[in-house]
Amino acid sequence: MNFLFTHLREVATLTAEHLWLVGISMLLAIAAGVPLGILLTRRPRWKALILGSTNVIQTIPSLALFGLLLPLPWLGARADRLAILALALYALLPIVRNTYVGIAGISAPVREAAEAMGLTSGQLLWHVELPLALPVMLAGIRVAAVITIGVATIAAAIGAGGLGELIFRGIAMVDNQVILAGAIPAALMALAADLLLSGCEKLLSRHTG
Amino acid sequence: MADETIEFVNAGFSLPNGSSLLSGLNLAVRQGETMMLVGRSGSGKTTTLKLINGLVKVTSGSVKVEGSEVASWDLIKLRRRIGYVIQEAGLFPHYTVFENVALVPKIEAWERARIAARADEVLALVGLPGAEFANRYPHELSGGQRQRVGIARALAADPPILLMDEPFGALDPITRAEVRSEFQRLQQRLGKTVVFVTHDIAEALLLGTRIGLMENGSLRGTYTAQEFLASTDSATKAYVDVFRAGQVVGE
Repeated sequence: MNFLFTHLREVATLTAEHLWLVGISMLLAIAAGVPLGILLTRRPRWKALILGSTNVIQTIPSLALFGLLLPLPWLGARADRLAILALALYALLPIVRNTYVGIAGISAPVREAAEAMGLTSGQLLWHVELPLALPVMLAGIRVAAVITIGVATIAAAIGAGGLGELIFRGIAMVDNQVILAGAIPAALMALAADLLLSGCEKLLSRHTG
Repeated sequence: MADETIEFVNAGFSLPNGSSLLSGLNLAVRQGETMMLVGRSGSGKTTTLKLINGLVKVTSGSVKVEGSEVASWDLIKLRRRIGYVIQEAGLFPHYTVFENVALVPKIEAWERARIAARADEVLALVGLPGAEFANRYPHELSGGQRQRVGIARALAADPPILLMDEPFGALDPITRAEVRSEFQRLQQRLGKTVVFVTHDIAEALLLGTRIGLMENGSLRGTYTAQEFLASTDSATKAYVDVFRAGQVVGE
C-alpha cells in the first residue's frame, strides 16, 4: 500500500483521467444507445441487425478493438479519442438492449390504454414508455458503466492514460504495490458507480414495481 | 342517419393468418345509447370494440364514427373523442391519480386551473373525492378504486363516446354492484354514447338500452331488455336461463 500513499497525487491525476475516459464514453454510449433502443421498439425488424452487431462488438477482445481502430483518420491521431470510441462501443450493447427490453416489457393494458387515449408516438414515449422503462434502462447503464470502468484500464496500452498506466507499469516492474495502486481505485470506482446507479434504480422504481 | 354515432356496415376482421374473428357485422349505435355486447369468450365482442377506436382495423366492410369511416379519421383525433375503459384499468403506475386523469387534458393544452377543476369533477363523479385520492399512486388503491379512476380518466376530456371492455369484470361482486350502479347514475346524467362489453347478462339487462348478442364472430341480433328476456331464440334463451337460475339461487 505504500506506493499508493506516497504517490497520491499521481494516483489522483490518473483517477481523474480514468473518470474522464469513462464519463465521456458513457455519455456517447447513452446518446447513441437510447435512441437505438427506442428505434428497435418502432422498427422491430431491425432488431437482429442492431442487437447482433452490438453483440459482435462486445465479443472483440478489447485490446484488439483498440488496435483495430488505430488506423482511422482523426480518431487514430489521439489515443484518448480512440479509447473513448472503443469504450463507447463496448458500452452500447447493455444500453440498447435494456432500453428495448424496458419499453417492450410495459404491460399490455397500460400500452393499450395509452394508445386508445390518442397519444402520439412521441407523447407515448415521453409520458409512458420512457418513465416506465427507466429503471430497466438504468440497470443497463449500470452494467455498461461497470464494464467500461474495467475495460478502460486497458486503454493505457495504447497510451490513452487512466489507472491502467499504473497497472501496466506495475506488471512491467513486477511490483504488486504499483499494480494495486491502479487496481484499487478502479475497483472502488466501479463499486461506487454500481451503488450510485442501483440507488437511482430503486428510487425510480418506487411506483412502478 | 345523423344520430347514428357508430355504424358497422358488413364489417369483418381476419388475422393475417386468415382466421376470421369477426364477419358481416351490421350494427348502428345511436347517439346517447348504451349498447351492451354479450357473448362467449372469443365471440368477437372485444374486436368489435377495438374497431371503433382503430386499435384494430377492418379487413372487410367499414366502420363509421360520427359519419366518417374510421380509416379516414385522424386516429389521434378520433381517439381523443372516445373514452376507453378496460378490465385491468391500465392506469399509468408512475403517475398519481390526478396525473392519470389529467393526462389527456394536459396534452390537449387545457389551462392548469381548468384541468384541476375537471379532475376534481370527474373524480367526484366516480365517488373518489380528489382531496383524498388525487395524490395517491395506483398501487395504493383497491381494485374497485383503480377501476373508478380508469372511468374518471376516460371521462376527463369529456369525450362523446365511451368504450368499455368488461370494466367491472375483475371486481368482487359487492364492489361490482356498487360501481355498476354508480355507472348507471352517471350514464343517466351524462348521456354518452356507450358500447359496453360484458360477460354478465344481469349487467347487460341493467345497463343496456339495447343488448347485442354475439356468437362466433357475428352478431346474432340486438334486443331491448324486455325483448331479450322474452325471446324464444335458442341462443338468447341459454343466457336467460343462466340469468334466471342465478336469480333463483340468489333468493
